[in-house]
Amino acid sequence: MKQENVVFDQVLKAAPEEFVKTWVAEVGSTGAVSGTTQNDARELFAALQASIAADADLNRFDDSGWAKTRSVLAALSQSRAAQGASAGDTSHFVLSLKKPLFAGLQKAFGADARGALDAAWTASTLVDKLAQFTATTYQRTREEVIQRQQQELLELSTPVVKLWEGVLAVPMIGTLDSSRTQLVMEALLTRIVETGSELAIIDITGVPTVDTLVAQHLLKTVTAIRLMGADCIISGIRPQIAQTIVHLGIDLQGITTKATLADALQLAMKKAGFVITRNKA
Amino acid sequence: MERIPILKMGRVLLVTIQVDLQDQVALALQDDLSAQIEKTGANGVLIDISALEIVDSFVGRMLASISGIASVLDATTVVVGMQPAVAITLVELGLSLEGVRTALNVEKGMAMLAADDRNQID
Repeated sequence: MKQENVVFDQVLKAAPEEFVKTWVAEVGSTGAVSGTTQNDARELFAALQASIAADADLNRFDDSGWAKTRSVLAALSQSRAAQGASAGDTSHFVLSLKKPLFAGLQKAFGADARGALDAAWTASTLVDKLAQFTATTYQRTREEVIQRQQQELLELSTPVVKLWEGVLAVPMIGTLDSSRTQLVMEALLTRIVETGSELAIIDITGVPTVDTLVAQHLLKTVTAIRLMGADCIISGIRPQIAQTIVHLGIDLQGITTKATLADALQLAMKKAGFVITRNKA
Repeated sequence: MERIPILKMGRVLLVTIQVDLQDQVALALQDDLSAQIEKTGANGVLIDISALEIVDSFVGRMLASISGIASVLDATTVVVGMQPAVAITLVELGLSLEGVRTALNVEKGMAMLAADDRNQID
Protein backbone atom coordinates (compact mmCIF):
# COMPACT_ATOMS: atom_id res chain seq x y z
CA MET A 1 0.00 0.00 0.00
CA LYS A 2 1.20 3.51 -0.76
CA GLN A 3 2.41 5.65 2.16
CA GLU A 4 -0.43 8.15 1.64
CA ASN A 5 -3.04 5.43 1.57
CA VAL A 6 -1.76 3.92 4.79
CA VAL A 7 -2.32 7.22 6.62
CA PHE A 8 -5.79 7.73 5.11
CA ASP A 9 -6.72 4.15 5.86
CA GLN A 10 -5.71 4.61 9.48
CA VAL A 11 -7.72 7.80 9.76
CA LEU A 12 -10.83 6.13 8.34
CA LYS A 13 -10.43 2.99 10.43
CA ALA A 14 -9.62 4.75 13.73
CA ALA A 15 -13.20 5.62 14.66
CA PRO A 16 -15.68 4.99 11.82
CA GLU A 17 -18.81 5.80 13.85
CA GLU A 18 -17.30 9.01 15.18
CA PHE A 19 -16.22 9.98 11.64
CA VAL A 20 -19.68 9.54 10.14
CA LYS A 21 -21.24 11.34 13.10
CA THR A 22 -19.01 14.40 12.67
CA TRP A 23 -19.70 14.36 8.95
CA VAL A 24 -23.49 14.26 9.33
CA ALA A 25 -23.28 16.97 12.01
CA GLU A 26 -21.33 19.15 9.57
CA VAL A 27 -23.97 18.57 6.85
CA GLY A 28 -26.63 19.49 9.41
CA SER A 29 -24.87 22.71 10.46
CA THR A 30 -25.86 24.49 7.23
CA GLY A 31 -28.25 22.19 5.39
CA ALA A 32 -31.17 19.97 6.24
CA VAL A 33 -30.48 16.47 7.56
CA SER A 34 -32.96 13.80 6.62
CA GLY A 35 -33.00 10.15 7.62
CA THR A 36 -31.36 9.25 4.34
CA THR A 37 -28.35 11.51 5.01
CA GLN A 38 -27.08 9.13 7.67
CA ASN A 39 -27.47 6.10 5.40
CA ASP A 40 -25.93 7.91 2.42
CA ALA A 41 -22.96 8.96 4.57
CA ARG A 42 -22.42 5.38 5.82
CA GLU A 43 -22.61 3.95 2.33
CA LEU A 44 -20.23 6.50 0.85
CA PHE A 45 -17.88 6.10 3.81
CA ALA A 46 -17.76 2.32 3.28
CA ALA A 47 -17.09 2.73 -0.44
CA LEU A 48 -14.37 5.31 0.24
CA GLN A 49 -12.70 3.11 2.81
CA ALA A 50 -12.79 0.09 0.49
CA SER A 51 -11.26 2.07 -2.37
CA ILE A 52 -8.45 3.47 -0.18
CA ALA A 53 -7.75 0.07 1.38
CA ALA A 54 -7.57 -1.36 -2.14
CA ASP A 55 -4.71 1.10 -2.79
CA ALA A 56 -6.54 3.40 -5.24
CA ASP A 57 -4.43 6.37 -6.36
CA LEU A 58 -5.55 9.36 -4.27
CA ASN A 59 -4.53 11.82 -6.97
CA ARG A 60 -6.37 10.14 -9.83
CA PHE A 61 -10.08 9.85 -9.22
CA ASP A 62 -10.66 8.62 -12.80
CA ASP A 63 -8.79 5.37 -12.07
CA SER A 64 -10.55 2.01 -11.96
CA GLY A 65 -9.65 1.77 -8.26
CA TRP A 66 -12.37 4.34 -7.56
CA ALA A 67 -15.07 2.60 -9.62
CA LYS A 68 -17.05 1.53 -6.52
CA THR A 69 -16.97 5.02 -5.00
CA ARG A 70 -18.00 6.55 -8.31
CA SER A 71 -21.00 4.24 -8.67
CA VAL A 72 -22.11 4.96 -5.10
CA LEU A 73 -21.81 8.72 -5.72
CA ALA A 74 -23.69 8.45 -9.03
CA ALA A 75 -26.55 6.52 -7.41
CA LEU A 76 -26.64 9.05 -4.58
CA SER A 77 -26.83 12.12 -6.79
CA GLN A 78 -29.33 10.47 -9.12
CA SER A 79 -31.70 9.64 -6.29
CA ARG A 80 -31.30 13.15 -4.90
CA ALA A 81 -31.99 14.71 -8.30
CA ALA A 82 -35.11 12.58 -8.63
CA GLN A 83 -36.26 13.70 -5.16
CA GLY A 84 -35.78 17.32 -6.23
CA ALA A 85 -32.87 18.22 -3.92
CA SER A 86 -30.86 21.23 -5.09
CA ALA A 87 -27.39 20.87 -6.60
CA GLY A 88 -26.01 22.96 -3.72
CA ASP A 89 -27.37 20.58 -1.07
CA THR A 90 -25.97 17.55 -2.87
CA SER A 91 -22.46 18.93 -3.28
CA HIS A 92 -22.54 20.36 0.25
CA PHE A 93 -23.16 16.85 1.52
CA VAL A 94 -19.98 15.61 -0.16
CA LEU A 95 -17.89 18.67 0.74
CA SER A 96 -18.79 18.28 4.42
CA LEU A 97 -16.60 15.18 4.34
CA LYS A 98 -13.61 17.52 4.68
CA LYS A 99 -14.21 18.33 8.33
CA PRO A 100 -13.88 14.83 9.85
CA LEU A 101 -11.17 13.93 7.34
CA PHE A 102 -9.01 16.95 8.19
CA ALA A 103 -9.55 16.43 11.89
CA GLY A 104 -8.45 12.81 11.59
CA LEU A 105 -5.37 13.75 9.59
CA GLN A 106 -4.41 16.40 12.11
CA LYS A 107 -4.59 13.82 14.87
CA ALA A 108 -2.54 11.30 12.87
CA PHE A 109 0.28 13.70 12.06
CA GLY A 110 0.41 15.46 15.41
CA ALA A 111 3.38 17.85 15.43
CA ASP A 112 4.46 17.10 11.83
CA ALA A 113 2.96 20.26 10.29
CA ARG A 114 4.57 19.72 6.90
CA GLY A 115 3.25 16.18 6.57
CA ALA A 116 -0.19 17.28 7.74
CA LEU A 117 -0.29 20.06 5.13
CA ASP A 118 0.65 17.68 2.33
CA ALA A 119 -1.97 15.18 3.42
CA ALA A 120 -4.58 17.94 3.78
CA TRP A 121 -3.86 19.09 0.24
CA THR A 122 -4.34 15.57 -1.11
CA ALA A 123 -7.51 15.11 0.92
CA SER A 124 -8.92 18.46 -0.18
CA THR A 125 -8.29 17.73 -3.86
CA LEU A 126 -9.86 14.32 -3.52
CA VAL A 127 -13.02 15.60 -1.84
CA ASP A 128 -13.29 18.39 -4.42
CA LYS A 129 -13.17 15.81 -7.18
CA LEU A 130 -15.84 13.76 -5.43
CA ALA A 131 -18.05 16.84 -5.19
CA GLN A 132 -17.40 17.79 -8.81
CA PHE A 133 -18.34 14.30 -9.96
CA THR A 134 -21.52 14.44 -7.90
CA ALA A 135 -22.52 17.80 -9.35
CA THR A 136 -21.89 16.62 -12.91
CA THR A 137 -23.97 13.48 -12.43
CA TYR A 138 -26.68 15.50 -10.74
CA GLN A 139 -26.86 17.93 -13.63
CA ARG A 140 -26.92 15.15 -16.23
CA THR A 141 -29.78 13.45 -14.41
CA ARG A 142 -31.74 16.70 -14.25
CA GLU A 143 -31.19 17.30 -17.95
CA GLU A 144 -32.49 13.84 -18.75
CA VAL A 145 -35.59 14.60 -16.70
CA ILE A 146 -36.11 17.89 -18.53
CA GLN A 147 -35.66 16.30 -21.94
CA ARG A 148 -38.14 13.55 -21.15
CA GLN A 149 -40.65 16.10 -19.96
CA GLN A 150 -40.23 18.18 -23.11
CA GLN A 151 -40.88 15.13 -25.25
CA GLU A 152 -43.94 14.23 -23.22
CA LEU A 153 -45.22 17.78 -23.49
CA LEU A 154 -44.85 17.70 -27.26
CA GLU A 155 -46.77 14.45 -27.51
CA LEU A 156 -49.45 15.53 -25.07
CA SER A 157 -50.17 18.81 -26.72
CA THR A 158 -51.65 17.74 -30.03
CA PRO A 159 -54.98 16.01 -29.60
CA VAL A 160 -57.34 16.42 -32.56
CA VAL A 161 -60.90 16.04 -31.32
CA LYS A 162 -63.96 15.26 -33.38
CA LEU A 163 -66.71 17.59 -32.15
CA TRP A 164 -69.41 16.71 -34.63
CA GLU A 165 -69.83 14.99 -37.95
CA GLY A 166 -67.47 16.96 -40.18
CA VAL A 167 -66.19 19.24 -37.41
CA LEU A 168 -62.71 18.80 -35.87
CA ALA A 169 -61.21 20.80 -33.02
CA VAL A 170 -57.67 21.28 -31.75
CA PRO A 171 -57.33 22.75 -28.26
CA MET A 172 -53.89 24.36 -28.33
CA ILE A 173 -52.18 24.50 -24.94
CA GLY A 174 -48.88 26.20 -24.16
CA THR A 175 -46.60 28.45 -26.14
CA LEU A 176 -46.67 27.99 -29.90
CA ASP A 177 -43.27 27.62 -31.54
CA SER A 178 -42.43 26.36 -35.02
CA SER A 179 -41.86 22.72 -34.06
CA ARG A 180 -45.15 22.53 -32.18
CA THR A 181 -47.09 24.32 -34.90
CA GLN A 182 -45.65 21.90 -37.43
CA LEU A 183 -46.76 18.92 -35.32
CA VAL A 184 -50.26 20.31 -34.78
CA MET A 185 -50.57 21.22 -38.45
CA GLU A 186 -49.57 17.75 -39.61
CA ALA A 187 -51.86 16.00 -37.10
CA LEU A 188 -54.80 18.22 -38.01
CA LEU A 189 -54.36 17.96 -41.80
CA THR A 190 -54.00 14.18 -41.60
CA ARG A 191 -57.19 13.92 -39.55
CA ILE A 192 -59.01 16.17 -42.04
CA VAL A 193 -58.13 13.77 -44.86
CA GLU A 194 -59.01 10.70 -42.76
CA THR A 195 -62.40 11.96 -41.62
CA GLY A 196 -63.30 14.12 -44.60
CA SER A 197 -64.16 16.95 -42.21
CA GLU A 198 -64.92 20.28 -43.83
CA LEU A 199 -64.40 22.41 -40.78
CA ALA A 200 -61.59 22.69 -38.27
CA ILE A 201 -61.69 24.78 -35.11
CA ILE A 202 -58.40 25.87 -33.56
CA ASP A 203 -58.97 26.85 -29.95
CA ILE A 204 -56.25 29.03 -28.48
CA THR A 205 -57.67 29.46 -24.97
CA GLY A 206 -54.61 27.67 -23.58
CA VAL A 207 -52.09 29.81 -25.45
CA PRO A 208 -50.68 32.32 -22.95
CA THR A 209 -49.44 34.96 -25.37
CA VAL A 210 -49.84 35.76 -29.03
CA ASP A 211 -47.07 37.70 -30.72
CA THR A 212 -46.32 38.24 -34.40
CA LEU A 213 -44.50 34.91 -34.69
CA VAL A 214 -47.36 32.93 -33.12
CA ALA A 215 -49.83 34.77 -35.35
CA GLN A 216 -47.74 33.87 -38.37
CA HIS A 217 -47.80 30.19 -37.35
CA LEU A 218 -51.58 30.38 -36.96
CA LEU A 219 -51.95 32.01 -40.37
CA LYS A 220 -49.85 29.28 -41.97
CA THR A 221 -52.01 26.58 -40.44
CA VAL A 222 -55.19 28.30 -41.60
CA THR A 223 -53.83 28.67 -45.15
CA ALA A 224 -52.81 25.00 -45.27
CA ILE A 225 -56.28 23.96 -44.11
CA ARG A 226 -57.86 26.14 -46.78
CA LEU A 227 -55.60 24.63 -49.45
CA MET A 228 -56.82 21.18 -48.45
CA GLY A 229 -60.36 22.32 -49.14
CA ALA A 230 -61.59 22.73 -45.58
CA ASP A 231 -62.55 25.80 -43.54
CA CYS A 232 -61.02 27.00 -40.32
CA ILE A 233 -62.30 28.94 -37.32
CA ILE A 234 -60.03 30.29 -34.59
CA SER A 235 -61.69 30.45 -31.19
CA GLY A 236 -60.80 31.21 -27.61
CA ILE A 237 -59.28 34.64 -28.15
CA ARG A 238 -59.14 36.32 -24.77
CA PRO A 239 -59.76 40.07 -24.46
CA GLN A 240 -56.09 40.85 -23.69
CA ILE A 241 -54.97 38.80 -26.67
CA ALA A 242 -57.46 40.56 -28.94
CA GLN A 243 -55.95 43.88 -27.77
CA THR A 244 -52.40 42.64 -28.38
CA ILE A 245 -53.31 41.44 -31.87
CA VAL A 246 -54.72 44.84 -32.80
CA HIS A 247 -51.85 46.77 -31.20
CA LEU A 248 -49.28 44.66 -33.02
CA GLY A 249 -51.12 45.32 -36.27
CA ILE A 250 -51.52 41.63 -37.06
CA ASP A 251 -53.90 41.17 -39.96
CA LEU A 252 -56.39 38.40 -39.27
CA GLN A 253 -58.72 39.53 -42.07
CA GLY A 254 -60.20 36.64 -43.96
CA ILE A 255 -60.01 34.34 -40.95
CA THR A 256 -63.15 33.60 -38.99
CA THR A 257 -62.52 34.25 -35.30
CA LYS A 258 -64.83 33.58 -32.39
CA ALA A 259 -64.53 34.40 -28.69
CA THR A 260 -65.32 30.94 -27.36
CA LEU A 261 -65.31 27.36 -28.56
CA ALA A 262 -69.10 27.26 -28.02
CA ASP A 263 -69.59 30.15 -30.47
CA ALA A 264 -67.33 28.42 -32.98
CA LEU A 265 -69.26 25.15 -32.69
CA GLN A 266 -72.53 27.01 -33.14
CA LEU A 267 -71.24 28.61 -36.32
CA ALA A 268 -69.90 25.26 -37.53
CA MET A 269 -73.30 23.61 -37.01
CA LYS A 270 -75.00 26.48 -38.82
CA LYS A 271 -72.64 26.18 -41.77
CA ALA A 272 -73.24 22.41 -41.93
CA GLY A 273 -77.00 23.07 -41.94
CA PHE A 274 -77.82 21.77 -38.48
CA VAL A 275 -80.49 23.44 -36.35
CA ILE A 276 -80.34 23.14 -32.58
CA THR A 277 -83.65 23.11 -30.74
CA ARG A 278 -84.44 22.78 -27.06
CA ASN A 279 -87.24 20.47 -25.98
CA LYS A 280 -87.52 21.52 -22.33
CA ALA A 281 -88.51 25.05 -21.58
CA MET B 1 -44.20 13.73 -74.11
CA GLU B 2 -47.07 12.55 -71.94
CA ARG B 3 -50.18 14.67 -71.68
CA ILE B 4 -52.67 14.92 -68.85
CA PRO B 5 -56.12 13.78 -70.06
CA ILE B 6 -59.01 16.24 -69.80
CA LEU B 7 -62.45 14.64 -69.39
CA LYS B 8 -65.73 16.39 -69.98
CA MET B 9 -68.59 15.71 -67.59
CA GLY B 10 -71.60 17.83 -68.44
CA ARG B 11 -70.43 21.43 -68.22
CA VAL B 12 -67.43 20.56 -66.09
CA LEU B 13 -63.94 19.60 -67.25
CA LEU B 14 -62.27 17.00 -65.05
CA VAL B 15 -58.48 16.87 -64.84
CA THR B 16 -56.88 14.14 -62.74
CA ILE B 17 -53.16 14.50 -62.19
CA GLN B 18 -51.78 11.02 -61.54
CA VAL B 19 -48.08 11.60 -62.11
CA ASP B 20 -45.53 14.00 -60.74
CA LEU B 21 -45.81 17.08 -62.88
CA GLN B 22 -42.85 17.94 -65.12
CA ASP B 23 -42.69 21.59 -66.10
CA GLN B 24 -43.34 20.83 -69.78
CA VAL B 25 -46.36 18.66 -68.97
CA ALA B 26 -47.73 21.40 -66.74
CA LEU B 27 -47.36 23.99 -69.50
CA ALA B 28 -49.03 21.65 -72.02
CA LEU B 29 -51.92 21.11 -69.59
CA GLN B 30 -52.38 24.86 -69.29
CA ASP B 31 -52.58 25.15 -73.13
CA ASP B 32 -54.89 22.16 -73.55
CA LEU B 33 -57.19 23.23 -70.78
CA SER B 34 -57.69 26.77 -72.03
CA ALA B 35 -58.38 25.39 -75.52
CA GLN B 36 -60.90 22.90 -74.13
CA ILE B 37 -62.74 25.50 -72.05
CA GLU B 38 -63.12 27.65 -75.13
CA LYS B 39 -64.21 24.70 -77.29
CA THR B 40 -66.72 23.10 -74.93
CA GLY B 41 -68.00 26.22 -73.22
CA ALA B 42 -67.45 24.60 -69.83
CA ASN B 43 -68.23 26.70 -66.78
CA GLY B 44 -66.32 24.60 -64.29
CA VAL B 45 -62.88 23.02 -64.04
CA LEU B 46 -62.10 20.38 -61.43
CA ILE B 47 -58.43 19.54 -60.85
CA ASP B 48 -57.87 16.43 -58.74
CA ILE B 49 -54.37 16.38 -57.25
CA SER B 50 -54.92 13.64 -54.67
CA ALA B 51 -52.20 11.52 -56.28
CA LEU B 52 -49.71 14.38 -56.32
CA GLU B 53 -47.03 13.78 -53.67
CA ILE B 54 -44.41 16.35 -54.61
CA VAL B 55 -44.90 19.99 -55.56
CA ASP B 56 -42.52 22.82 -56.27
CA SER B 57 -43.12 26.51 -56.65
CA PHE B 58 -43.63 26.11 -60.41
CA VAL B 59 -46.53 23.67 -60.00
CA GLY B 60 -47.99 25.89 -57.29
CA ARG B 61 -47.87 28.90 -59.58
CA MET B 62 -49.28 26.83 -62.44
CA LEU B 63 -52.35 25.96 -60.37
CA ALA B 64 -52.89 29.63 -59.63
CA SER B 65 -52.48 30.64 -63.26
CA ILE B 66 -54.81 27.91 -64.55
CA SER B 67 -57.41 29.22 -62.15
CA GLY B 68 -56.81 32.77 -63.41
CA ILE B 69 -57.05 31.76 -67.08
CA ALA B 70 -60.24 29.77 -66.44
CA SER B 71 -61.86 32.66 -64.65
CA VAL B 72 -61.10 34.98 -67.59
CA LEU B 73 -62.88 32.41 -69.78
CA ASP B 74 -65.79 32.46 -67.27
CA ALA B 75 -65.16 29.07 -65.66
CA THR B 76 -64.72 28.34 -61.96
CA THR B 77 -61.72 26.24 -60.94
CA VAL B 78 -61.78 23.94 -57.92
CA VAL B 79 -58.63 22.14 -56.78
CA VAL B 80 -59.49 18.98 -54.83
CA GLY B 81 -57.77 16.30 -52.76
CA MET B 82 -54.58 18.12 -51.83
CA GLN B 83 -52.38 15.99 -49.56
CA PRO B 84 -51.34 17.41 -46.17
CA ALA B 85 -47.66 17.36 -47.10
CA VAL B 86 -48.39 19.26 -50.32
CA ALA B 87 -50.45 21.85 -48.46
CA ILE B 88 -47.67 22.39 -45.91
CA THR B 89 -45.07 22.67 -48.68
CA LEU B 90 -47.08 25.28 -50.56
CA VAL B 91 -47.60 27.32 -47.38
CA GLU B 92 -43.89 27.15 -46.58
CA LEU B 93 -43.14 28.30 -50.15
CA GLY B 94 -45.40 31.28 -49.48
CA LEU B 95 -47.96 30.22 -52.08
CA SER B 96 -51.38 30.51 -50.50
CA LEU B 97 -53.16 30.23 -53.92
CA GLU B 98 -55.45 33.17 -53.19
CA GLY B 99 -58.48 33.01 -55.46
CA VAL B 100 -58.23 29.28 -56.08
CA ARG B 101 -61.17 27.37 -54.64
CA THR B 102 -60.47 24.10 -52.88
CA ALA B 103 -62.45 21.07 -51.73
CA LEU B 104 -61.61 17.90 -49.84
CA ASN B 105 -62.49 15.41 -52.59
CA VAL B 106 -63.94 15.12 -56.09
CA GLU B 107 -67.46 14.59 -54.78
CA LYS B 108 -67.43 17.76 -52.70
CA GLY B 109 -65.77 19.69 -55.52
CA MET B 110 -68.48 18.60 -57.95
CA ALA B 111 -71.18 19.62 -55.46
CA MET B 112 -69.51 23.01 -55.13
CA LEU B 113 -69.48 23.55 -58.90
CA ALA B 114 -73.07 22.36 -59.24
CA ALA B 115 -74.18 24.81 -56.54
CA ASP B 116 -72.35 27.61 -58.35
CA ASP B 117 -74.05 26.65 -61.60
CA ARG B 118 -77.49 26.82 -59.99
CA ASN B 119 -76.75 30.18 -58.40
CA GLN B 120 -75.68 31.62 -61.75
CA ILE B 121 -78.89 30.52 -63.46
CA ASP B 122 -81.07 31.89 -60.65
